[in-house]
Amino acid sequence: MVLNILPIVRKEFRQIKRDKRILSVLLFVPALMLLMFGYALNFDVKHTSMAVYDEDRTSVSRAFIEQFFISEYFDKVQTLESKSDINTLLDGEHARVVLVIPSTFTADIQRGRNAAVQVIVDGTNSNAAATVLGYVNAIIQQYSVKVMTESLVRMGRQTISMPVDYQPRVWYNPELKSAKFLVPGLIAFILMVTAVISTALAIVRERELGTMEQLMVSPVKPVELILGKTIPYTVISSLATVAILFLGYVLFDVSIKGSILLLSLVTFIFLVGSLGMGILISTVVETQQLAFMIAVIVSMLPTFILSGFVFPIRNMPMIIQGITYIMPARYFLVALRAIILKGAGLSAFWDQAAILLVYAVLMIGISSLRMRKILT
Amino acid sequence: MFGISFIAPVFQLIILGYAATFDVSDIPMAVCDFDNSPSSRMLIQNFTSTEYFRVAGYFDRTSEVDHQLDDGHASLAVIIPRGFEKKIGAGQPAPLQVIADGTETSTAGIGLSYASIIISRYSQNILLESLVKRGSVTLPARVSAEFRVWYNPELKSRNFMVPGVLGLLLMVMTMLLTSLAIVKEKELGTLEQLVVTPIKPYQLIIGKLAPFFLIGVVDVILVVFFASWIFNLPVKGGELLLLFLSLIFLMTTLGLGLFISTISRTQQQAMMTAIFFFMLPMMFFSGFVFPIENMPVIIQYVSYLIPLRYYFVIVRGLFLKGVGLDILWQQAVALLLFGGLILSMSVMRFQKKLG
Repeated sequence: MVLNILPIVRKEFRQIKRDKRILSVLLFVPALMLLMFGYALNFDVKHTSMAVYDEDRTSVSRAFIEQFFISEYFDKVQTLESKSDINTLLDGEHARVVLVIPSTFTADIQRGRNAAVQVIVDGTNSNAAATVLGYVNAIIQQYSVKVMTESLVRMGRQTISMPVDYQPRVWYNPELKSAKFLVPGLIAFILMVTAVISTALAIVRERELGTMEQLMVSPVKPVELILGKTIPYTVISSLATVAILFLGYVLFDVSIKGSILLLSLVTFIFLVGSLGMGILISTVVETQQLAFMIAVIVSMLPTFILSGFVFPIRNMPMIIQGITYIMPARYFLVALRAIILKGAGLSAFWDQAAILLVYAVLMIGISSLRMRKILT
Repeated sequence: MFGISFIAPVFQLIILGYAATFDVSDIPMAVCDFDNSPSSRMLIQNFTSTEYFRVAGYFDRTSEVDHQLDDGHASLAVIIPRGFEKKIGAGQPAPLQVIADGTETSTAGIGLSYASIIISRYSQNILLESLVKRGSVTLPARVSAEFRVWYNPELKSRNFMVPGVLGLLLMVMTMLLTSLAIVKEKELGTLEQLVVTPIKPYQLIIGKLAPFFLIGVVDVILVVFFASWIFNLPVKGGELLLLFLSLIFLMTTLGLGLFISTISRTQQQAMMTAIFFFMLPMMFFSGFVFPIENMPVIIQYVSYLIPLRYYFVIVRGLFLKGVGLDILWQQAVALLLFGGLILSMSVMRFQKKLG
């Protein structure tokens, strides 16, 4: 059996090697994506452009405005002269937030009333806008506490501390770095793309170019053909995974907190299932173009969107949440994050691992059956 | 192939419209209330009365809270120590611990900032109440904010993503499929046959590009129709203007498709090149999901070289803000320049390869 598999493996490797661009895609794109996600792409909202319309123009209002720009969250772009400028400013995306301070601001504070300011936010990017609202609110609350204590002192009371001493803590990822969140997802994404798409294309190519018939008349058995075709991509995908973990550690300090053995095991199960899915696709369609389309629709898009890679599943509508249960990447990602970021053991995600195992067995089983039908 | 060209737009719209959401609500919160007093219960109620948090469970030991976070059953934990109410009554600062699971950065960030707002408000209320109780007639000054959100008042991710689908779709449908169609002929050897026929190169190019141009136009119309029908998102800035500017953008995608076909030998190569060297970088660095303002300055400059960037400003401006050419003319000019340049260079390269 090994004697029959080796030549196919060698042939597939030679084909990959001859095609320099595919090889570079399979090996360097994971690294490139990691760099992109680590350095350039993140949801951290800083340096939001803010314009100010100050109708009050007193030292009190200026001190209040100052609070926003001593933080790194806001950059002052403009001081407005009239209220009608707000429209053009937000329409043309010159500012994302406008702070409006009414002319009664200082008087309200001095007379011990509630001084209300107005904040207008560009809601186009809902995620960024929600974060910005949070920052603005926090800054204003903080300032309000300061004003309150000062005013209490003026009223003749001793300094009063705030009743609740709030101590926020972030676990697993204390600096809230997106890279830590994205590295496990990237592994799942890359494995899906290399395993499902490359495998599907590699087999369909033989069918499209008519070389499949030649393989059929050779003494190669279906199992041997499948193994021979998938082993090269297993090797490449594994290398890519190691590369991502290594770069993640060197560049972004994402170390594997849990067991490496467990990580390899779960990754292997997922990989086998994905290779099986690739083979399954290749047995259903006859052109590379269609194989690719289907592979993208069933693997790449769902892994990116429906697995919790970027978008939290909890926030999706119920029906879509239901659909995510049939996405293997979903379970893989939970296991990956548990092992890499939380250092959890098998007890924390055994159910996810079990489902992955079922998926792998199902995919390999069905695809082998279909392959046998095609080859005979 | 024909079916996919028309099913894919609707499929992508629904997936991106419904699934690609950052909206944070119902964050599962584990509660460990050692104090179990009216004050502590009041504080928890302040959390649950908002749409942002729901209680995932009440626990008696902090180790159980650890488990909840480890397993991912809770994303946030609130721990109220014994003596919480007593300390408040005595005018001493009462410690309160909030733990967030940082693995989901965006949820954790937004969750913590809501938590701090709720707690700060609770704190101020207690202070005011105690002043009133002690018989104070005048209250201290406070500052509060009144928020207005423009263009997308409910802060729905969907309204941000759906217009973006147009850009994504046109890239897949026109750039990717164009390059594949041409490379397929190359791979099967039928391109040589076409070259020896009396068909002129420009006729060949027009013949090859025209179907995908039409698919692009139909896809724009489909998206506009479904966006207003399913997602209640009409093109406020005018459908015709959107179609016109989309046609300009098509020059870029068709040109790139043609270009990719000249540098690829096999379909597998063309797909890999189109996806990894063109589509993904263009998507990521154009502001489709990740805001350009948050990127490093160098990359922000690089993003000016990506035509998709201008197209996204246009579609979001037209769908959400309802602005017109008076605001978008710069984007339109940039698209026109890039499109003209890319298309004419690709055509030249293609002709050279043929000859």
